[in-house]
Amino acid sequence: MQFKKLSVCLAACAALAAHAQVSDDVVKIGVLNDLSGIYSDLAGQGSVTAARMAIEEMGGKVLGKPVELVFADHQNKPDVAANLARGWFDQGKVDMVTDFPTASTALAVMEIAKQKNRIVMPSAGLATAIIGEKCTPLTAQWTTNTYALAAGTARALVKEGKKKWYFITADYTFGHSLEKDASEVIKADGGTVLGSSRHPFPGGDFSSFLLKAQSSGADVIALANAGNDTVNAIKQANEYGITRKQVVAPLLMYISDVHSIGLEKAQGMYLSEAFYWDFDERSRAWSRKFFEKQKRMPTAAQAGVYSATLNYLKAIQAAGTDEAKAVMTQLRKMDIDDAVIRHGKLREDGALVHDMLLLQVKSPAESKAPWDYYKVKTVLKGADVYPPINPACQLAAK
Amino acid sequence: MFDISMQALAAQLLVGLINGCFYAVLSMGLAIIFGLLNIINFAHGAQFMVAAFLAWIGFAQLPLLLGPEFRINFWVALVLAPVIVGGLGILLEKTLLKRLYHLDHLYGLLLTFGVALVLEGAFRHFYGISGASYDPPALLQGGVDLGFMYMPVYRGFVVVASLSICVVTWYLFEKTRLGALLRAGTENPKLLQAFGVNIPLMITLTYGFGVALAGVAGVLAAPIMQINPLMGANLLNIVFAVVVIGGLGSIMGAILTGLSLGLLEGLTKVFYPEASTVVVFVIMAVVLIARPAGMFGKEH
Repeated sequence: MQFKKLSVCLAACAALAAHAQVSDDVVKIGVLNDLSGIYSDLAGQGSVTAARMAIEEMGGKVLGKPVELVFADHQNKPDVAANLARGWFDQGKVDMVTDFPTASTALAVMEIAKQKNRIVMPSAGLATAIIGEKCTPLTAQWTTNTYALAAGTARALVKEGKKKWYFITADYTFGHSLEKDASEVIKADGGTVLGSSRHPFPGGDFSSFLLKAQSSGADVIALANAGNDTVNAIKQANEYGITRKQVVAPLLMYISDVHSIGLEKAQGMYLSEAFYWDFDERSRAWSRKFFEKQKRMPTAAQAGVYSATLNYLKAIQAAGTDEAKAVMTQLRKMDIDDAVIRHGKLREDGALVHDMLLLQVKSPAESKAPWDYYKVKTVLKGADVYPPINPACQLAAK
Repeated sequence: MFDISMQALAAQLLVGLINGCFYAVLSMGLAIIFGLLNIINFAHGAQFMVAAFLAWIGFAQLPLLLGPEFRINFWVALVLAPVIVGGLGILLEKTLLKRLYHLDHLYGLLLTFGVALVLEGAFRHFYGISGASYDPPALLQGGVDLGFMYMPVYRGFVVVASLSICVVTWYLFEKTRLGALLRAGTENPKLLQAFGVNIPLMITLTYGFGVALAGVAGVLAAPIMQINPLMGANLLNIVFAVVVIGGLGSIMGAILTGLSLGLLEGLTKVFYPEASTVVVFVIMAVVLIARPAGMFGKEH
């Protein structure tokens, strides 16, 4: 007991002493994402709201200094993102940037942040390159990545005896990465990959690819794409009667996608998510607050921005400074556990390893209320679904 | 690469034909508008999108606002949405486009492009980017097993409906007195006006008709594609290539090119899917070099 008191006192004293340690007398957080394009529903303004909620929860202050929020539209273009971030770091006093629904934008900003000693916390940016060959010491890929998503869904389906797979893949880095990650898991668990069709991005009509996948005789048709492409592919798979004999498995699907497809067509599908609003009392309480502000339930990407911002601020509080390296060290020390992320531990390579959810889409009859879309099948332990540290990440080597 | 069965090939060709039907109806509208107005209607994709949204709003939103008896079903929407979109087109022509006829093509293109951006932005603001889902009418749900593929009834309906629209439009323009006047208007509007034909009215109605065709295609596409603000923009690039290949202003050219490019695209997806978006533009380039006025166009 005595010891505890002492340590509390020590922490408080340290915090007091560190007052002068907040650069520019303000902690500034930047949400950089797609505010107008194809990813504006899954991230967009909702992520800004989520970040604001985290700041409010901390009382708008950390170490006695005000916390401010800025946001901008990176239009999913790496060069635009790089310019915005450079401006934020150089003139805007921004200390941390989060979100990045296109991974290429995150990669561009990570490089600049490393030079300027600032922190990057991708939430919607999911490529494994962020924690692989392109990793930096000041990056924390907060919400999840393509491997963890693919592993959860693929493993569950292979275990059910669905061993033959066919991929419909968006023909760019993200799609390829998702297909590669899922294939690894499928093969490791004793399944086979019969083939794949690469479709142009964005796709529009998926009939040809679906017919090919149908005639391949696969048990599972995996969709290694995102957003409207996934939505259109699912819709058309229904149309061609594919869903009656084969399983269609979207490897990345946000609740906003399910909302727009409708339960009638999406029902029965398995998917992995880092967060579902109706998981437990804590997630519900937070999500309801979000709903009041945004009139939609949060996607995992948006919830991740909240968690990233909240823990970033807590880490500053605990470290007594907003200096990037010290904050990252503190984040790695902390056990991450909040309304969104459970049993999280930030790894050396920048991956936040935490529990993932294997979900199944409810049928219209099972859904009791608006946004009541998923049954939680299993909570997947982070260690089981996150990839091992990639040797290409130099940080891990030392 | 060539280990594909006849059955699979037949299925892919049929899918190509269905897409070709959309290209045909859309490019026909563009061709008609360009023929008489000399306007390259970049708002065509947005107008297509607006009609799809109107169908969905009538079906899913209106009953929530006004009560269940106001639900507008697919068949009514198929008539009503094109009429509304065509009407909006007429308004656009009357207020803005008509001021540009004496200027270069480029100004019309810029104006309609701007209108498209405004429409897309407005719908994105109100309905978000993921859009909404629309089901085919009960009568056309389900499918038939053709032996080589499972053919959704609705897709069959799309083929029949669009081919009928193409034939009727072609007949109207090529075989009737009204069509003769329109074609004369394309050739020499001043002379025709001297004969007492109300050319400005004719132009206005033609634009309205061209836009309404985009509207029909939009409603037909609603049950197939996810309805979202960018659905038209994604399609428009290809449709423009179709018009260029067919020859600007040629109705039959637009129909035949639309269908054959749909088939060709389908074939490409079988043998080398990565090239399926490029193949149309490669052909466009070849046609432009060999026959700058397009396959069916006339040199001026």
